[in-house]
Amino acid sequence: MRIVFEKRKSFSKKSLVIVPIVSFLISLILGTVLLLSLGVNPIETYYVMFSGAFATWIDFSDTLVKSIPLILAGTGIIVAFKMKFWNIGAEGQLIFGGIFASGAALFLPSVVPHIFVIPMAVITGMIGGALWAAIPALLKAYLKVDETLTTLMLNYVAIYFASFLYFGPWKEQGSGYRGTKEFDESAWLPILDGNLHIGIIFAVLAAILVWFLLAKTKWGFELNILGENQNNARYIGVNIPRKIVSAMFISGGLAGLAGTFEVLGVMHRLEDGLVMNYGYTAIIVAWMSQLNAIAAIFVAVLLAGLIVGGELVQMFVGLPAAVSDVLQGLILFPLLAGALFTEYKLKIIRK
Amino acid sequence: MDTLTLTIGAILFSATSLIYATIGEILTERSGILNLGLEGLMMMGALSGFAVCYHTHSLFLSVIVALIVGALMSSIHAFLTITMKASQVVSGLSLTIFGVGLANFLGERLGPESNSFQLTGLEAPRFEQIAIPFLHEIPIIGPVFHQDLLTYIVYLLIPLSWFFVYKTKYGLELQAVGENPRTAEAMGINVIRLRYIYTIVGGMLVSLGGSHLTLSYMSGWNENKTDGRGWIVIALVIFAMWDPKKAILGALLFGGISALQLSLQAGGITFIPASFLDMLPYLATVLVLICLTIWEIVSKRKFGAPASLGVNFMREEK
Amino acid sequence: MEIESNQTSQDPQIPILRMKGITKRFPGVTANDNVNLDLKAGEVLALLGENGAGKSSLMNVLVGLYRPDEGTIEVRGQQTAIHSPADADVLGIGMIHQEFMLVETMSVAENIILGMKALPSVPDLSKISKRIVEISDRYNLKVDPNANIWQLSVGERQRVEILKLIYRGAEILILDEPTAVLTPQESKELNRVIQQMTGEGKSAIFITHKMDEVMNFSDKVCVLQQGKLIATKATSETNPRELACLMVGKEVLFQLDKKPFNPGKEVLSVKNLSALDTKGHLALKQVSFNVHQNEVFGIAGVAGNGQKELVEAITGLHKTTEGTIKVDQIDHTNKSPICFIKSGISHIPADRLKFGVSGTMQVAENLIMKNYRMYPTTRKGLLNVGAIKNFATKMIDRFNISTPSQETHVKFLSGGNIQKTILAREIDSCRNLLIAAYPSRGLDVGATEAVRTRILEQRDQDKAVLLVSEELEELLTVADRIAVMFEGKIMGIVDANNTTIEALGLMMAGVEEGA
Repeated sequence: MRIVFEKRKSFSKKSLVIVPIVSFLISLILGTVLLLSLGVNPIETYYVMFSGAFATWIDFSDTLVKSIPLILAGTGIIVAFKMKFWNIGAEGQLIFGGIFASGAALFLPSVVPHIFVIPMAVITGMIGGALWAAIPALLKAYLKVDETLTTLMLNYVAIYFASFLYFGPWKEQGSGYRGTKEFDESAWLPILDGNLHIGIIFAVLAAILVWFLLAKTKWGFELNILGENQNNARYIGVNIPRKIVSAMFISGGLAGLAGTFEVLGVMHRLEDGLVMNYGYTAIIVAWMSQLNAIAAIFVAVLLAGLIVGGELVQMFVGLPAAVSDVLQGLILFPLLAGALFTEYKLKIIRK
Repeated sequence: MDTLTLTIGAILFSATSLIYATIGEILTERSGILNLGLEGLMMMGALSGFAVCYHTHSLFLSVIVALIVGALMSSIHAFLTITMKASQVVSGLSLTIFGVGLANFLGERLGPESNSFQLTGLEAPRFEQIAIPFLHEIPIIGPVFHQDLLTYIVYLLIPLSWFFVYKTKYGLELQAVGENPRTAEAMGINVIRLRYIYTIVGGMLVSLGGSHLTLSYMSGWNENKTDGRGWIVIALVIFAMWDPKKAILGALLFGGISALQLSLQAGGITFIPASFLDMLPYLATVLVLICLTIWEIVSKRKFGAPASLGVNFMREEK
Repeated sequence: MEIESNQTSQDPQIPILRMKGITKRFPGVTANDNVNLDLKAGEVLALLGENGAGKSSLMNVLVGLYRPDEGTIEVRGQQTAIHSPADADVLGIGMIHQEFMLVETMSVAENIILGMKALPSVPDLSKISKRIVEISDRYNLKVDPNANIWQLSVGERQRVEILKLIYRGAEILILDEPTAVLTPQESKELNRVIQQMTGEGKSAIFITHKMDEVMNFSDKVCVLQQGKLIATKATSETNPRELACLMVGKEVLFQLDKKPFNPGKEVLSVKNLSALDTKGHLALKQVSFNVHQNEVFGIAGVAGNGQKELVEAITGLHKTTEGTIKVDQIDHTNKSPICFIKSGISHIPADRLKFGVSGTMQVAENLIMKNYRMYPTTRKGLLNVGAIKNFATKMIDRFNISTPSQETHVKFLSGGNIQKTILAREIDSCRNLLIAAYPSRGLDVGATEAVRTRILEQRDQDKAVLLVSEELEELLTVADRIAVMFEGKIMGIVDANNTTIEALGLMMAGVEEGA
């Protein structure tokens, strides 16, 4: 008797709904088992996590703040992944966006009218991210160097470059603090409420624009074809190197925007708190939303809720904040396994 | 002892964990599987080794448990990517998130009540440095013979793994599976079985490398103990060009840079920012990648990554 | 398993191999239909047939890569089950595939012993190399056991494949289109080696298209057509003409409505065109021809004689080393694909799944791949959903594409309908030249008729058509003039009305026109 995976004859739309639900249930079960084995009440834990992230407006706005970089970077990654360009470098592009935006925030207020500071800083930040993404893009487009590894390595170069800046030339004078001085108020993003800055509006807008770009435009159409069948794309006349570079400008620009909003809207300085692994979590966001930018908004909020909930669990249940990472993993594994069932079905062959 | 000798000793000591992990990932990637979950594996190796050591005081048991933990975790990645044909990149990243989270999580739960259940700040037995008589007194290279047991084992592991990959028939099969799985299958090799084996064995070595950090190098546990070493290992594998005997080069380079940083600071020389030294290995790796790719095109020669790395293998219908 | 002696102890009258009633089905197609094949010791058997006839499939069954749905295999009089290449290996059956099964980064010796069960853990490579040198001397197959595969030429790589089989004790050697990648001298060498081996009692089966090889190399020939065994003949008792007829088959001659030949202005002009293939060998050798409006210009010849490089060169997908390509008098040599497309050229590619469509995209999306840059499909950079829907509906209707809906992913369609999708798109967007490469390959009778009708339609609507095909029947019916390609050269250009299958077959086999 053998178990065989047989390719389905038609794409299973049913599985797109069933698989995430079943995966989520499995992960709830796995999480429950893990918590019980540690002598913790799983129901209490889940309750605290959920309510801490979503119950009141204050909690929800904290979640939204955390979701902003995830939406932006996640959307950027979707653009890259759509053409099967494995951009693992969102973290580095995010950081470079933060670096460029910080540079603008530190030096512009004394040079230009304050009303221009934020728009210019934002654009500068996006350029920073785009430039950092252009490196692996050019290497792949013209030299065929594998992008998975180059983007990954450049993340670390970015991290260390940032620390060079805020430990060195940009360091706040006369303070032991690991970072630049706090930005002039003209470089602070306006607040909507509490901690929630206007970045959320732009993040959602960006996601919608990207969805529109990919689903409704000629440019997006060519990008899809490039991802689905590179030979076909070439045959119908798509200029592949140019496409790769332009798409990566967008991808890096969005990740750079994520970093920009973090330094201008949350931290108000450049410091090592920028390195929060958003760039990696954003990959999960992109993948989980099945490369649909609108779905990415909701997935990002969910994952952000998981992170925020984890912090609260630490305070109220006494569990380490790392529990949210553990649960994230437990959600991802069944999802990864389940992705198979959209294309294959299980068959038992008796010999 | 003069400064130079001290530095070599320090370099070697910090390189051990990296070498274990690099060789482990070389084996995995040679079979065609990319495992980006190394940070999670090393964290869990470090944590499980220390936790067992603290509670049982048995170094032997700690190593065994670290190996088992490594095997279990990497088998998740193997199952997801080989059998369930999931994306190797996403699966590896998930393993990292999970592994790092789980290690930090357990680090605050597996300790004794007296320490609020934390493992931080505790002491446990560690692998002591064993001096080999006479040899350890040789000037300059003396410290090579004044290391802990795990480091001595790594001295053996390097030539053994090189020999395994290039001189045994199993090594040939491993190479074939990563380069051209279709050919391997046609020659009667079970590609799927071998990929499972090498992903799991590789994961065990990575975990063992992680445990060296808490059982010897910097005994003791704290949050985010491995501090990104897992990611460095991915770079080291490229740097070593997937050749076990070259693994030591990159590891020494990284170890050397940290030691260089410390001695420069100690010597009052600060004009080279520490960050640029930190960047160096990663930049160097990107350069290596570019050079390998160009060389490959120009000379029509085959170098570098196993051709089938990262590509899921679909067995043809019979 | 290694055979020490050179002679096989086998009664020459009992077949060493007997395949009985082999049937192999895949979803949608029967690759082999009740095929019988006998092979004696010391015999060389040629498997002849067009693409899709079932030759490779049959051999894959023999080496354990496919499992037959029906039928049995007897080796040396014993019925056996061959479930994997390892099983075949043990039985002394070995195959050299069209795409060599070699690991480029390893040496010749390492490739030869790869996966052998009886090997010690640490193989003694010097002893193995010595044995390899012995064998290579015996058969005069010069190769350095320590060289790495990536350093070797194609001919040398094939020698390694042969050595591999001999070293591992193969007595039945299967070669899939072995001379497709060799020069004439190398082919002669190969023949000599095979003769030497069969002289020692080994047997060989080789899959081929080339008639002259069948005549020169084999003792017996089996002709396959669409999965069935059509004929088995002793080579000495047949000739290329007869074989060509058997291979092409007696299909119903479609009565196609063809207006008299009245060519218009020159649309495509190819002069002295040369190009290299992907391995660096000269695949096109100074090819020259013209195609006019209201004309179907056919290119005949067995696949692999330069047609691929030619078609790719005149669509911008392949670089040329000398010569010119002119479309409507404008130089297009080595321009990019988009340039050719913008000039109004349409291309139905030989490998439809690889180039012609994106299988994971919808039928409608694939249909607009030629006109998506223009109004009304696109308005100010945005795709016009309504216009796309209308266009797709129109195309599906006009070209009779059978699909559950226009949103269905193309990969779920049958081969014929995938081809109709491509046809629809390419014909609709064609303004001057239609290039069709093996358009009816793998299609059933109905789809084939549709394809040929459409091609004639274009011809009569003032287009120029370049038709590359392996089916002489098709060329004789549809084309006005036919050029035959062999080894990168045009052997001759003839009038379709004034020629015969036999004449074309001879040119396809390398005999120049008029010889």
